[in-house]
Amino acid sequence: MISGNFLAYAIAAPLVMAFVVNLVGRARPFLVAPLALLSLAVSSLCSLLLLARVLRDGTESYTMGGWQPPWGIELVVDPLSGLMLLLVAAIALIATWSAGASVRQEMEGREHVFFTLYLILVSGLLALTVTGDAFNLYVMLEITAITTYGLIAMGRERAALASFNYIIMGTIGACFYLLGVGYLYILTGSLNMADIGRILPELYGGAAVATAFAFMLVGMWVKMAFFPLHGWLPNAYTYAPSGTSVLIAPLMTKVSVYLMIRIMFTIFSPEYTFFQHAGVQHLIVWASALAIIIASSLALAQTEFKKMLTYIIVAEVGYMVGGVWLANEPGMTGAVLHIVNDALMTLCLFLVASAVVFRQGSCRFEDFRGLYRTMPLTMAAFTVGAFSMIGVPPTAGFFSKWYLILGGIEAGQWAYVAALVFSSLVNAVLFFRIIEIAFFNSEDGHGHGHHGTLARHEAPGALVQPLVLTAVALIVVGLASGALVDAVILPALQWLQ
Amino acid sequence: MDFHPSIWPLAAVLISLLGALPIMLSARTPNLREGWTLIIAVGKFLIVASMLPSVLAGGGFVFTLAEVFPGVPIQLRVDPMGMFFALIASFLWIFTSLYSIGYMRALDEHGQTRYFASFAVAISATIGIAFAANLFTMYLFYEVLSLSTYPLVAHEQNAEARTSGRRYLSLILGTSIGLALPAMLVVYSLAGTLDFTTGGILAATGASPSTLALLLALFVFGFAKAGIMPFHAWLPAAMVAPTPVSSFLHGVAVVKAGVFSIIRVLVDIFGIDLLASLNLGAPLAYFVCITILAASLVALTQDNLKRRLAYSTVGQLSYMVLGVALLSASGVTGGVLHIAMHAFGKITLFFCAGAIYVASHKKYISQMDGLGRTMPITFGAFFLGAMSIIGLPPLGGFISKWYLVIGAVQADQLPILLVLLTSSLLNAAYFLPIVYRAFFAPPPPDAPVGIKEAPIFCLVPLVVTALCSLTLFFYPTIFLRLAQAAVLP
Repeated sequence: MISGNFLAYAIAAPLVMAFVVNLVGRARPFLVAPLALLSLAVSSLCSLLLLARVLRDGTESYTMGGWQPPWGIELVVDPLSGLMLLLVAAIALIATWSAGASVRQEMEGREHVFFTLYLILVSGLLALTVTGDAFNLYVMLEITAITTYGLIAMGRERAALASFNYIIMGTIGACFYLLGVGYLYILTGSLNMADIGRILPELYGGAAVATAFAFMLVGMWVKMAFFPLHGWLPNAYTYAPSGTSVLIAPLMTKVSVYLMIRIMFTIFSPEYTFFQHAGVQHLIVWASALAIIIASSLALAQTEFKKMLTYIIVAEVGYMVGGVWLANEPGMTGAVLHIVNDALMTLCLFLVASAVVFRQGSCRFEDFRGLYRTMPLTMAAFTVGAFSMIGVPPTAGFFSKWYLILGGIEAGQWAYVAALVFSSLVNAVLFFRIIEIAFFNSEDGHGHGHHGTLARHEAPGALVQPLVLTAVALIVVGLASGALVDAVILPALQWLQ
Repeated sequence: MDFHPSIWPLAAVLISLLGALPIMLSARTPNLREGWTLIIAVGKFLIVASMLPSVLAGGGFVFTLAEVFPGVPIQLRVDPMGMFFALIASFLWIFTSLYSIGYMRALDEHGQTRYFASFAVAISATIGIAFAANLFTMYLFYEVLSLSTYPLVAHEQNAEARTSGRRYLSLILGTSIGLALPAMLVVYSLAGTLDFTTGGILAATGASPSTLALLLALFVFGFAKAGIMPFHAWLPAAMVAPTPVSSFLHGVAVVKAGVFSIIRVLVDIFGIDLLASLNLGAPLAYFVCITILAASLVALTQDNLKRRLAYSTVGQLSYMVLGVALLSASGVTGGVLHIAMHAFGKITLFFCAGAIYVASHKKYISQMDGLGRTMPITFGAFFLGAMSIIGLPPLGGFISKWYLVIGAVQADQLPILLVLLTSSLLNAAYFLPIVYRAFFAPPPPDAPVGIKEAPIFCLVPLVVTALCSLTLFFYPTIFLRLAQAAVLP
């Protein structure tokens, strides 16, 4: 019976723990982080077992409260949502490992408030990946958004303002999505995704269906910060507390990309998405190419590490949206693989940012000076993460980029291919600028004789261990990407079509 | 040719990669740290050499790590061409390690642990390139080599090293990501495989001649380590590195990795026959002739000895590409053989330049008047190295130039014959005055009298490599057989 409810446990563990830490944390603040870790370890384990079972036995459906779909809310675990569930749980687990230390430093005494919101957010993200109900998806979207607003606003400097911007844009995005769901409900009388997907083909060609499709897509694009709807993201992620940004930066945009895939393939169908309205597909691939080029160029103008990373995230969103809309197998494979890889490398680099902030107080470029000597482990992990962003084999980032470029070549979308290559080159410049600063100890560059003055001053273990783990994972996932594609991603794509 | 599954190709690559770990861990005991370097170097050479007999007998070894894309594994394979390159690189690394110890200690350099560790990673990547069984595996190690040599180029950590490091990376990484990677992906989407296959994999795809010509250009410029103009400027810039780095990496491993990559692509991705049927050989040959002549002319104007050697290298690298681009049996043999001959000659010259710097702190040729009287052994070796690069008997360089000349005649390309002869004259014009100055020009009045050579750790390697250059004239058999087997089906 336990194994039958893996899914419920995976989502409920952080949700229940959110209330526990709120109560316990008032009296025993040091227990908050370990308890949060415990609940996420349960989630990760359940997700792992669940994914293994789904890959073996096929898709599982879970009806909440025994209400049968299309009336009740259905949770669906197919290979793709199983993969996303595991990804969210595992990334959250690693992020929490480090968040404990940085939250204690940045907001002493408020740990229990932070982790309450944090765990509700994780629980919402987990539910988002498996929900089979279009309206329930909206609810989960709002749960994750509201908790995120709070978590960002707990940050420094302009965090409150950045959070307010995000509230406005996030709400607009969610409203767009909700409007789309409204249209579909009027048309089909159903909110269950699979049910809508069955009814809708008879109505293809109607203007109302097209409007619903457009509303839902634009809503998701706002949520994932697809250029030019990205305005809210850079400040929100930069000024958020370290503990917040290590969780939301790797996950939020990636989950939104996944939701876009759900909308395109489960609610609608590949036939509708790619063929109903000629030219739309090309237009979106071109828009992604533009997103990649402009966001990469904007990243070049930054002088703060976290801010630079946020623009890279916006560019990476362009990678994935473009990959999905290439409408061929390598492109789709690349997009899904890139969801995994980009989550890992963004996590790695934001963990670096929180380690550097912990020691140096901020992470402007000049704070990196001489860090190869003073924080060698952090910088080793940084180097791996940077190589992955640039796309140097055998780090993970190379492999998904390979599929994406291959998809671009096969679809004849040369602008997209050129944008990916351009972005790799820009990333090389971005990261080597920092590597150079960290490698050369002093401003005027008298290398000799300075080595005695800088002592090792590594960040605490709770920040460095997850960082090193993530860096190793980037190489392991890279080398195992052939197996990952064969075992998980290809079955996931087959299920979609 | 049948390849036996074996762990040895992997061991040859991994020994120095894993060896970087004990090197880093024994940072506080320099003698132990250098002990590790030497053990790894000798071990690596022995592993490579142990595979030589079966390769010469027509066999080979293969090791598959993991299949990363459909039809594209990370795979190592020992064939004659790879063995040729690996043998040279692992053999010369032993002497470079000895030389590094002498050089770095004599100058009391900082960051020696980082230096030896990066060096170990770089040599791993070099062997990885040599033994790569497909284009993807080669690209992987190519990038590892680019990145692991950055700390070596930027070693001095001063403003000049910073600028040079930037130029080094932007040219090498920029071209490999911007040109070679897309080209590789196009090849994959055309052929569905990236395996190095005798006769090439592109002939069967029916790709249009213009696509193939574009791909060829992307690859030739994409592997900028080969220093073909206009992407050669990183090599003179990299001379800011400590001299052992310049000798081994920018005289042998890195630059030859570039040439080796281009030759692999020409021979095993395009295939000689395809290039011949498309008439792509001659344009490439004439194009690299520009580099040969221009680099030699620039070398004439350089007063900094290491920069003169760097421009000489730029010119000599294009000889190797030229040989293969001639698409005739002798031309290809000569081009491949020149990798070996140039390696022994050029490393000797660089070792000498470093020895001069260690013993007398002189970098500029104009300061070297009469220096041959205080450093006779060093300049004697320098003379031998220079003769080999010019291509005079009785040194190894003569053999490869001989094959190149025959190749040009076979290909009926008399203008190229003329380029080869002109270039040899230019080589003589920029090397022999140095030797003349050292031995016959009067020393400056404040010059010390008596013999003052570099430390023994520096001196022994340069004498050995100079003598190797000499020996290769009389006994080129091993390299010749490997070079000839490299292009035969």
